[in-house]
Amino acid sequence: MAGVEKARNAEEREHIEQETSRVLKGFGRKRQNLIPVLQKVQECLGYLPGEAMTMIADYLDIPDIDVYGVVTFYNQFRLNPPGKHSIRVCLGTACHMKGGYITLDAWKRRLDIGPGETTADREFDLDTVACVGCCTMAPVTVVDEKPEGKVEPTKVDGILAAFEREREAGGKETSDND
Amino acid sequence: MTTTERTAVAGKFRELKERAEEHCRERWGGRPVIMVGAATCGRAAGALDVLRAFEDEIRKHNLDCPVLEVGCMGHCYAEPLVIISKPGYPPICYGYVNEVIAERLVREFIIGDNPCPEFVIAALEANDMLPSFDDFPRAQYEKKTILQNCGRIDPADIEHYIASGGYAAMAKTLEMAPEAVIDEVTNAGLRGRGGAGFPTGRKWRYCRDTPGRPKYLICNADEGDPGAFMDRSILESDPHSVIEGLIIAAYAIGTRHGYIYVRAEYPLAVERVETALKQAKKANLLGRNILGSDFTFDITLFRGSGAFVCGEETALIASIEGMAGLPRYRPPYPSSRGLHGKPTVVNNVKTLACVRHIMNDGAESFRSTGTADSPGTAVFALAGKIVNTGLVEVPMGTTLRNIIFDVGSGIPHGRKFKAVQIGGPSGGCLPESALDLPVDFDSLREAGAMMGSGGMVVLDEDDCMVEIARYFLEFTQHESCGKCTFCRLGTRQMLEVLTDFTLGQGTIEDLDNLEKLAEEVRDGSLCQLGRTAPNPILTTLRYFRDEYLEHIELGRCPALMCMHLIAYYILPDKCERSCDACIGTCTVEAITSNKKRIKVIDQEKCVKCNTCLTACPPQYNAIVKLSPPSEVPEQ
Repeated sequence: MAGVEKARNAEEREHIEQETSRVLKGFGRKRQNLIPVLQKVQECLGYLPGEAMTMIADYLDIPDIDVYGVVTFYNQFRLNPPGKHSIRVCLGTACHMKGGYITLDAWKRRLDIGPGETTADREFDLDTVACVGCCTMAPVTVVDEKPEGKVEPTKVDGILAAFEREREAGGKETSDND
Repeated sequence: MTTTERTAVAGKFRELKERAEEHCRERWGGRPVIMVGAATCGRAAGALDVLRAFEDEIRKHNLDCPVLEVGCMGHCYAEPLVIISKPGYPPICYGYVNEVIAERLVREFIIGDNPCPEFVIAALEANDMLPSFDDFPRAQYEKKTILQNCGRIDPADIEHYIASGGYAAMAKTLEMAPEAVIDEVTNAGLRGRGGAGFPTGRKWRYCRDTPGRPKYLICNADEGDPGAFMDRSILESDPHSVIEGLIIAAYAIGTRHGYIYVRAEYPLAVERVETALKQAKKANLLGRNILGSDFTFDITLFRGSGAFVCGEETALIASIEGMAGLPRYRPPYPSSRGLHGKPTVVNNVKTLACVRHIMNDGAESFRSTGTADSPGTAVFALAGKIVNTGLVEVPMGTTLRNIIFDVGSGIPHGRKFKAVQIGGPSGGCLPESALDLPVDFDSLREAGAMMGSGGMVVLDEDDCMVEIARYFLEFTQHESCGKCTFCRLGTRQMLEVLTDFTLGQGTIEDLDNLEKLAEEVRDGSLCQLGRTAPNPILTTLRYFRDEYLEHIELGRCPALMCMHLIAYYILPDKCERSCDACIGTCTVEAITSNKKRIKVIDQEKCVKCNTCLTACPPQYNAIVKLSPPSEVPEQ
């Protein structure tokens, strides 16, 4: 099963197992609960690691491959851990025609990753979304759940600069505490 | 139903309504009320900051003035929108509100008596002080029925909905025989608003008459069309109108189990529906023995997980069953074999939102709007190159020209209209010559487009028709579920040919093959996704063939949009020596100043992000796009 990531160490594995079994307790052992379970587990862990998918398959008494099939079918599920901040570039019709593809290029250039990837420092993950329904504010980028309107390449730089400032301020606070 | 039960329903509803009215009077009566439009579109424009600014200012001055978060009024071009109702004044709608304007409105209008006409869009009622929305030229073309509550009531407060006449249709329905309800909807001629236009009453009757229990009812809110946001807006702004429609439909077909299938990309809609369901349950409008009748019905919220094909009803049903959303061949239709193999009705959000109006005002009244074959109103999401972006509701049969130029106020920046993309990836691009088509289910299909769910993206002369066809194919190719060969391989082939065109690498032979393939995919695919996927190609080929030929023969993109076929160039005789605007904004440092202080773009470094072109001051206007890129002179 291509693309599946597993826990990197025992601590991570324990965390995954704990969270997954906690979620599973809230659901009956019915196939039709598969998608809600996956959504809930992803909400807790940020992605769907291999261990979690196996546990879900065992719990619902279905083959592992069925879980993997459903996970890879739907756009919302992710196999790799997300970054601290999520960047979703809307490529709906209106956004595309108003330059969404140019905005996506700018994000790719600045973060140096492609859609579906996470930066090496796990700070940002980049993805595209078919339409978030804010067509009138095109081109739109959803930054950490907040839709930002009229995001052109200069605004991309502005948003990143704001995160940079935040990080510096945060870093300063911790060093002050030291 | 016995007579005592009947009076019980009416009595209980009367109590509920009186309590709701009392609640609204207590909360909002006799004092100014501020309503901030904070649907997703408003939020993208900063509505939550405006909301906070109002609250802070009210608190600072210790005023008795509730601030409400409402949905979307449809005038998205002027977001963030705010409505202020102050006793002695008509309710007034303000546009483009920011934190500074919010502070001023509190100081001058809530505390003082100046309604600040400079920020007013219009009053909501006729008055002798300010123009109202009805005075706008567009008002004669609009008719708000299912959008009438949107932006006007608090979507998180069931009592506000009930006090505005909500759930009356449901209470009335529970006193009728289910067959009579179906008759009423059938007589109204209501057709499914999801795009196909199937008569709703007929669907309900099939399901009711098909043996097999339990039956299921599903509200399809998997609005996947990029460029459409009507269902999102209705669920975020007036969720109870859809729930009321569901209860009426459930009563008519005789089911206890309902689902609302909402798209995962709409978190706010999910939140609003969750709240609304909880409130309806608490008020006994859902659950056991609704309002003391013997009718029991409950609704489960199901969040989709992002797959366009799940808008197709059989795929949607597979998704609820916990499978990958693969559609299956129809017939049997879901109304005879649907969810878990049982009779199931799947209705669109807007269809269900129409139902309460039919039950309240009667079939005749519903038929009095729209055309004979497509009665009622149509809701469109206007986006793209149009002045008044937003949601519009017009009677069926209104022409595209009226919608785009009279309601939408035409194309901004003095550009020329080129095409309107209607119906999303399943629809088509219609040119100027098709603008006098009346908008209804049947006329659009004849022109090669389709009503779809109602997304309308307006394109101007800067938009390339080959690129838009490629864009839609990229979308359908990605969203194709892979079950049938024509769609899985056909969309990929078509996408490859179109991509070649946008790179300037196509041939005339490719064009002929593309056309043939498009027709074959249309005829051979299993579900509507595949069958309609070629529409964007077929319509652009039909109406804009010249543009394809220019790409192929000259390697030129006439709209200057295809990135590989254009280059940015600074005209030396127009460039101003003392201005460095482009250098400062270039995102990749590709612009330098030469000895004469004339700016030059390094074509190797340029990423064509368009920033310099917008930065160049209009009095110089020195930067142009050239196509093909070989047009750029040697420097």
